[in-house]
Amino acid sequence: MQGLSVRFGDRDILRNLSASLQGQAIGLLGPNGAGKSTLINTLLGFYKPSAGSAKVCGHDISTAMRQIRALVGYMPENDAFISKMSAVSFVQMMGELSGLPPEMALERAHEALFYVGLAEARYRKLGTYSLGMKQLAKLAQAIVHGPRLLILDEPTNGLDPSARQRMIRMIREIRDSGEMRIILCSHLLRDVEDTCDEVLILKRGQIAHYSNLNEERRANRRFLELEACGANGDFTAALERLGCECAATANRIKMILAEGIETRDIFRLAAEQNVRIRRLNFRRDTLEDIFLKAMES
Amino acid sequence: MAVYRRSYKPYAGTLTAEWSRFLVLFRYGRKSVFRSKMQTGLFVICFFFPLACLIIIYLAHSASFLAKIGIPAQLISIDSKFFFRYMSVQGALAFLLTAFVGPGLVSPDLANGALPLFFCRPFSRAEYVLGKSSVLALLLSQVTWIPGVVLFVMQASLAGASWAWSNLWIAGSLMLSSLLWIAVLSLLAMALSAWVKWRIVAGALLLAVMFFGAGFGQAINAVLRTDFGYFFNLPYLMGTVWITLFQVDIAQAISITQAGVAILLYCTVCLGLLLRKVRAYEVIR
Repeated sequence: MQGLSVRFGDRDILRNLSASLQGQAIGLLGPNGAGKSTLINTLLGFYKPSAGSAKVCGHDISTAMRQIRALVGYMPENDAFISKMSAVSFVQMMGELSGLPPEMALERAHEALFYVGLAEARYRKLGTYSLGMKQLAKLAQAIVHGPRLLILDEPTNGLDPSARQRMIRMIREIRDSGEMRIILCSHLLRDVEDTCDEVLILKRGQIAHYSNLNEERRANRRFLELEACGANGDFTAALERLGCECAATANRIKMILAEGIETRDIFRLAAEQNVRIRRLNFRRDTLEDIFLKAMES
Repeated sequence: MAVYRRSYKPYAGTLTAEWSRFLVLFRYGRKSVFRSKMQTGLFVICFFFPLACLIIIYLAHSASFLAKIGIPAQLISIDSKFFFRYMSVQGALAFLLTAFVGPGLVSPDLANGALPLFFCRPFSRAEYVLGKSSVLALLLSQVTWIPGVVLFVMQASLAGASWAWSNLWIAGSLMLSSLLWIAVLSLLAMALSAWVKWRIVAGALLLAVMFFGAGFGQAINAVLRTDFGYFFNLPYLMGTVWITLFQVDIAQAISITQAGVAILLYCTVCLGLLLRKVRAYEVIR
């Protein structure tokens, strides 16, 4: 994206967005009204940018929208179905509209519905589906034509915990298969944290923060929080002699591991000093921390 | 791959031609039309009158049979007036068929927000409108100009080549008047159902536009003592065009040019309304 802006009437919805996102699974985060869905809809050509430009899979959104749409699968946030059609007909029709020949579209419609877990219900009319099933049907139509990029707008909206878990597991499977990249738009931090490796946080139509979660996770592996019984100044001093930076309060020690030092070295030291380690946590910056910092900035 | 294997695989096969994608909507739309027994029944009823006309044409050329049943041969004349009457009846039936079939084509897509799924694919709004209207176009053609041309061919084969040559313009008038009516009905039905989104209400609204429009027009004419009310009367406007096309001697209050411009205006408004609603998401400014 290069200075991408979208304006409806006299309202600026997206303002001067510039970023390059290349992760396997990219999360779009932001509070309600931040412009996440507008960004997705602009990338899909539903809204025209008022300024700037963007490329999806190397194609410019202002000149090559048809090529982009051929490469993209989209699962919208709201209800999107034809109530009188059976799931298999609906997904088949969507496949055909993407260019699949009718027989192939039918075969892949069955496959996609099996894949998302709607095999038993695939001949039922979509109007009779529960909310969770409708979400799965939307996912099936998004992947039926084998897109290179899957755009999911609030895929866990309205799902109960077990259905949400199933949806997240499926998104992870798709991501791990490496066959397509994912853009997941959500205001649920947990969903993004569970599935994405890059996060773009939007706030009032602007980029508030960009974070590579994989790198953050790797960096956070060096932060430890210990709760130790019998620890005294000697134990802290011994840790510092190993090269770790420590901050001790009562029986809690926060530390940054030195290069080459692993947790087993901490346990060995504790055994030597007769210190019992009751709890050891990697004190990682959660996505919530990142998000809150971005919102405060 | 067997369908029960729960794994994702990308598609690497051939794709259909882009220009032909609108035919997908045509196929699914046509299938949905004939899923309803009532619509199928109505479609069949639309062929009763052409069948009766076919019999009349045959009888008109069976002088001995007419003499036997005591009907003078000159009572049945197959001319432009005959085809005008055919067009008037079939036009009314085409309108009824549209009122039942038309709203079911567009409103289900809008009722539950399915349009973003159409337009997130390499498929444009124009292709969508073309695909949906082609369902109505073929269906209405099957009950208007196609049987009309069959009747003309039947008459030509019985009356001889000289009749066919001197009345060839009737076949042209049949096709032109049918196509004009089909365009008006298709656009009106789709525009109304796109705005109302509720199939039954859209059907009722279509009937209301025709009948209340006509009534409203008549009321204006009566109260203001003018002829401008006829511009609200779509069947009257179309009738004016048909009368001119079939060269029938019936006095009309407005000219063919005025009627043509009014119909064009109706079509433009309907197309505008349709394109305003047929989009992935509405922009609220």
